[in-house]
Amino acid sequence: MSDIAIQIDNLSKVYKKGTISSRTFNDDVKRFFARLKAQPDPLSKVDEERFGIQQNGYLWALKNINLKVKQGTVLGIVGKNGVGKSTLLKIISKITAPTEGEVKIKGRVASLLEVGTGFHPDLTGRENLYLNGAILGMSKAEIDTKLDEIIEFSGVREFIETPVKRYSSGMRVRLAFAIAAHLEPEILLVDEVLAVGDVSFQKKCLGKIGDIVKQGRTVLIVSHNLGLIRDLCDECILLHEGQIVEQGVTADVVSKYLALTTIQGSNKSAKFWPNQNDAPGSDEMRLNSIQISDENLSMPDSYDSGLAIQIEIDFNVLTELRGMRFVIRFITCDGHVAFASTDHNIRDNELKTGNYKSVCTIPPNLLNQGEYLVRVSADIPGVKVIIIDNELLSFTVFNSGTHGSHFPENWPGIVAPRLQWETKSVD
Amino acid sequence: MNSPPISDCQEDWTTIIKSKSSWFDLPVKELWQFRNLIKLFVWRDFVVQYKQTILGPLWHVLQPLFTTLIFTLVFGKIANLSTDGIPQFLFYMLGIVLWTYFSNCLTKTSDTFITHSVIFEKVYFPRLSIPISILISNLISFCVQFALFMVVLCMFYVKGVEVRINSCILITPLLMLLLAGLSLGCGIIITSLTTKYRDLRYLITFGVQLLMFATPVIYPVSLVPDKLKPFIMLNPVTPVMETFRYAILGAGTVDIRHLIYTALITIAVLFFGSLLFTKVERTFVDTV
Repeated sequence: MSDIAIQIDNLSKVYKKGTISSRTFNDDVKRFFARLKAQPDPLSKVDEERFGIQQNGYLWALKNINLKVKQGTVLGIVGKNGVGKSTLLKIISKITAPTEGEVKIKGRVASLLEVGTGFHPDLTGRENLYLNGAILGMSKAEIDTKLDEIIEFSGVREFIETPVKRYSSGMRVRLAFAIAAHLEPEILLVDEVLAVGDVSFQKKCLGKIGDIVKQGRTVLIVSHNLGLIRDLCDECILLHEGQIVEQGVTADVVSKYLALTTIQGSNKSAKFWPNQNDAPGSDEMRLNSIQISDENLSMPDSYDSGLAIQIEIDFNVLTELRGMRFVIRFITCDGHVAFASTDHNIRDNELKTGNYKSVCTIPPNLLNQGEYLVRVSADIPGVKVIIIDNELLSFTVFNSGTHGSHFPENWPGIVAPRLQWETKSVD
Repeated sequence: MNSPPISDCQEDWTTIIKSKSSWFDLPVKELWQFRNLIKLFVWRDFVVQYKQTILGPLWHVLQPLFTTLIFTLVFGKIANLSTDGIPQFLFYMLGIVLWTYFSNCLTKTSDTFITHSVIFEKVYFPRLSIPISILISNLISFCVQFALFMVVLCMFYVKGVEVRINSCILITPLLMLLLAGLSLGCGIIITSLTTKYRDLRYLITFGVQLLMFATPVIYPVSLVPDKLKPFIMLNPVTPVMETFRYAILGAGTVDIRHLIYTALITIAVLFFGSLLFTKVERTFVDTV
């Protein structure tokens, strides 16, 4: 009870859609006169029907959020774009006020969402370091003691007396992150900032965040990188249309999120488009269907890893096409691309108008057990994209073959190919 | 976990973010906590101004000198306006130095939200620290310019001009406070409104220029025809200008009632301004 770092009660946030400036003065005048006459606000539609997501120019970015975050928890926030993840962090960090409800916080909050803002191009690295530190809420003494460490971490020591405007963008980001990473807040908010810098710097950042986590601080992370969420977070919440739809252990929430982003419907292993106008594609080519089956052409709910799995794409070519290819991506339930595959022969082929079927066969004993999502895209490399990469199907693999019988435990790895082994006596 | 045990959780929140703020909520304590930031903003304003310039801080001195020279030439020699018997150069220079403080504070504070929107969208710190730092950094350059004015005054004294500094000089700090409060109040009202109505931004740039002519900067109040005098006195900057001039140069229309009027306006503007500002700062990132 006493170790709650953040408590959110009935939090809601409404945004007004469309341009704000053009008619507002008019609206404001109307409101003003209505208030004078003690009439209800003529433009308030928010209060009347507050439980719809979007109505009449208003958007509920967050709706009735209730959440308690214990001290020392690393909480992941997942959800599709535009479901209110960043808005939630903005409210917690006091950048914008909620429309309803309240947030209670214990301890200093700092966020990593502002990497590099507040840098003044004409000031040197060192000068900016002090300024940025102060903006983020560090005292001068705090900056003084950590100065060396920060400069070291950023790796821009030689340029620390150079105006920041002469920095490369990578250097700027590194310096900014170094400052933010050395804040010592009780609560840290991280919003998708880890996609900065080169690979080695990203590694360094992840290490730093790992350290912060180990120090027992409360951390809230927004990210689309589910692998990162899985590695760092103890708990997760899943936001959907401004509401928390799932909350709990990371693995459960992540798989729920993935289920939400895939097709909704009973049959996940086949998809048909009887109406060509709705089918994915363009004027050149449209899909008829995609189906998954095993090598016996049956379509069970889950597939035996000992049998080959086939993905069949049925499509109509509407105008003559040259060099088009399909790319199929197989995604594991925690968001990693297991592998991607394309038909290397079709690329140089000319396709006359007509009906075609492409079949991709996954050999037996390749996939590990678990759920896989199938994403399909079609393009003419370097020319145009015909179908953008989207999740269409999913299937589950179970082990009945060698792995299944001999190793009933979960076998690690994204794939579990059967490789050639040989053991012989060398005496 | 190495955090100390917390006895009663209901009492221990460091921050409570509510949907509605109390109607008057000045973050004085918070501003004090962020005094280091205000100091750094002031410092930044100075350092940045003179990066990549040859003359550097000398511009602080050159600006009022050149303007005074031109004003003396145009309004003094060509238009031949009266200066209440004060040497023209001194008259214009004091007016310019004071007016520069007021107009700089006003134009810069009135742009707080828009110039800093990028940073305000990303990180929270008490928003008022920006206008306050603007007041302070302008006050420092005012002091430099005023010192320069005193040097010029001494030179005139050496050349035999009578210097009529009087006891009114004791209230000049108060006058500066009025000027600062007035510009801050107006500035934060305008910046709060510009988050919605950008028009005000354009208004302020030439509005301030025009306002100078409605303030006795280049002419003394005594020169104003009686019919127009009430209008000039309506301008709350007028009594400050006149009293300041009287304190240093010994000529001007001083009336305590006018000063009280200015003080009341200043308090009203500051009150209304901080009311509006604290209301707008909560959600302005959604509209800017």
